[in-house]
Amino acid sequence: MTRELLKGNVAMAEAAIRAGVDAYFGYPITPQSELLEWMSKRMPEEGRAFLQAESEVAAINMVYGAACTGARVMTSTSGPGISLMAEGISYIAGTEVPAVIVDVMRGGPGLGNIAPSQGDYRQVIHGAGHGDFFPLVLAPASVQEAVDLISEAFDLAEKYRTVVFVVADGSIGQMMEPVTLPPMRERKRARPEWAVGGAKGRAPRRLTSLYLKPEVEERVNLRILRRWREAEAHEVRYRGYHLDDAAYVVIGFGTAGRVALSAVRAARSEGIRVGLFRPVSLRPFPTQAIRQLASQAKAFLVVEMNGGQMLEDVQAAAQGQVPIRFYGRMGGMVPFPDEVLAEIKALAAAPPSPADDPRGRWLAQMAQA
Amino acid sequence: MTVSAPSKPRRKLKLVYQKPEALTDKATHYCPGCTHGVAHRLVAEVIDEMGIRERAIGIAPVGCAVLAYDYFELDGVEAAHGRAPAMATGIKRVLPDSVVFTYQGDGDLASIGMAEIMHAAARGERITVIFINNAIYGMTGGQMAPTTLPQQVTTSSPRGRDVVTQGYPIRMAEILATLDGVAYSVRRSMHDPANIRKAKKAIRLAFEAQVRGLGFAMVELLSTCPTNWRMSPIEAMHWVRDHMVPAYPLGDYKVDAALKKLRV
Amino acid sequence: MQTEILIAGFGGQGVLFAGQVLAYAAMDAGHEVTWFPSYGPEMRGGTANCTVIIADEEIGSPLVAHPQILMALNAPSLDRFEPQVKPGGLIVANASLLQREVQRSDVQTLSLRANHVAESLGDRRMANMVMLGALLARWHGLTLAQVKAALKAHLPARKQHLLEANYQALEAGAAQIEELKKN
Repeated sequence: MTRELLKGNVAMAEAAIRAGVDAYFGYPITPQSELLEWMSKRMPEEGRAFLQAESEVAAINMVYGAACTGARVMTSTSGPGISLMAEGISYIAGTEVPAVIVDVMRGGPGLGNIAPSQGDYRQVIHGAGHGDFFPLVLAPASVQEAVDLISEAFDLAEKYRTVVFVVADGSIGQMMEPVTLPPMRERKRARPEWAVGGAKGRAPRRLTSLYLKPEVEERVNLRILRRWREAEAHEVRYRGYHLDDAAYVVIGFGTAGRVALSAVRAARSEGIRVGLFRPVSLRPFPTQAIRQLASQAKAFLVVEMNGGQMLEDVQAAAQGQVPIRFYGRMGGMVPFPDEVLAEIKALAAAPPSPADDPRGRWLAQMAQA
Repeated sequence: MTVSAPSKPRRKLKLVYQKPEALTDKATHYCPGCTHGVAHRLVAEVIDEMGIRERAIGIAPVGCAVLAYDYFELDGVEAAHGRAPAMATGIKRVLPDSVVFTYQGDGDLASIGMAEIMHAAARGERITVIFINNAIYGMTGGQMAPTTLPQQVTTSSPRGRDVVTQGYPIRMAEILATLDGVAYSVRRSMHDPANIRKAKKAIRLAFEAQVRGLGFAMVELLSTCPTNWRMSPIEAMHWVRDHMVPAYPLGDYKVDAALKKLRV
Repeated sequence: MQTEILIAGFGGQGVLFAGQVLAYAAMDAGHEVTWFPSYGPEMRGGTANCTVIIADEEIGSPLVAHPQILMALNAPSLDRFEPQVKPGGLIVANASLLQREVQRSDVQTLSLRANHVAESLGDRRMANMVMLGALLARWHGLTLAQVKAALKAHLPARKQHLLEANYQALEAGAAQIEELKKN
């Protein structure tokens, strides 16, 4: 297989095209704009729909409309755009139609900045819109992984009839790495049995997220939840590095995860038995795998490019079995491996007590820095 | 009570009324004197007459017509408040041969959905928009709409709309007519049979604009809300005639040359 | 084994492109590679930099605190990044735009007037390739031949007419270093 050197944003766009995306609707926002630009060039070449919408609000509702026809459809944005899309995401989830959303995260809150961040974790994993639903959320740590996850995202969205997020951060969007792109998949021709497209020779179909009777809405909610439980049972993804004999486990996703990999290797070379656990699916979260590690390891170190948003999920998974230390950089700062290495050394030298408040300890440490 | 078998008709019956195929059997939930039912019927008749029911997709708004998809015998979706034109765009771009229409009220189209309608129009999306302007928010209980008239009392302008603090009504047919992507932008009323006939013709042209690929088309229909206006159905019809028509002049604001030639 | 190369200069000096050429060559040579740019407002007119990480295993951090190699194409880049170079590392400095010498004594230094060399070849914009040629004469992670092949393979069709000029600039940069060795 030949490798190509591609920028993350471009690679994700081309991967979506190879995966047979029928339509893309988006709005420019740094650091994801190259994705939109690539689509603006390639989609018409392939005879598919591309449209730069007037806002993220419009973009997600265009996605919603196209999704109702059973088309493969996606958008991409960054945190401020996700905020605006929250409405449409909830409608898509409530209507049980599939869509793929790429979030190339940047520093926030508010306008923030365009530097790499993981500040949208809580918004995407625990929020993403009003009401009872869970999106699937996949977090690549390299350009190749971003390509692979984009390809999967469409299948997962259709399988579970829900929103699938691929959350990258600015660095993955902007960096170039060699990738092997998947072959061009044939676009699916048959539309699913629920899709609208004109009631020719059949009864009309109606797609809505409106269920005025609470008992009916409850049934829909239960159906969505059951589908989610299926996803939870089958779609957990993670990667482990040097975990076999690890006394200490670093947990980080995306860019924070790969920064931690450098630190773990450096610590290993100094004789510290440390491994890395990198969640790839953030929803469903690899709770069981982390719980298992918690029963074996002496201590965890959670590393994020936010103030400990995933930390809370790790704590819930660990159930107090293991002391946890936290290290985060915020506002668009990316930790260097040296920082994480220092944290690993500190963890090995003096594991925190299970009663410690990891975020409080970290905040105190940041105040001194 | 006993029911006797119908006696043989003395003379041959003539069919003078038939429900359009594009309407379902479901009774609407609209209030007495509300013109939503009239507008639905006109849209359905046009769809029947053009033979486009099997490729039509209707988009319901948030507002009193939120269940409109239940009343049309065709594929339908329900949009978020104001976003119907964006949703229509998404559908039309992947199914260009379908006939896509939105059905939106004044709060939906001219307030929360202003950006979506303007840009769909500016892009010349091949969609048909049925815009129901009754100068009030019906579903939420009679609050002020962007099209509420100056001095008009609503539940959120209890002393009458004060233009100094609450601004002026918006005339959408005129605004959209300024955009190059628009093939058809007109205003009609439904307050009497003559105007209803004109409204139907306009709806026909708005669908013709789409199937002929001429561009974006909108029909603004002056409508009633007797419940929230606190009027009887007759009073409401008269209020449209006496107060709304002067504020929202009926007429053609933009008609593509190809439509002008059309005899419908 | 991992090598990190930080290339920095003014926007317009071809800093990002020089990094990409290295990244392409590394990829074609079968290595893992990450090219990471500074991005955003600073890329418009101001300073630009990129990091190229070449390794033979999955690359960890895309950001590098202490690169082994710094290619400084202008004075602000040297000021900013000289202190960060890993001890024992290498600084390739564009003397054409520097008002001072490299001060670190715990790194190797290659200093050449890249703009001057590029101008003598007829195109000042080739200074980035002159610098790259100089780097390849000292650092042997990739060969000049590999970099040339990468240029040929990946330069877009509309830029292929510049191939020969790029080759010349690379060679001229390398020649500068060979000359230094002789002296």
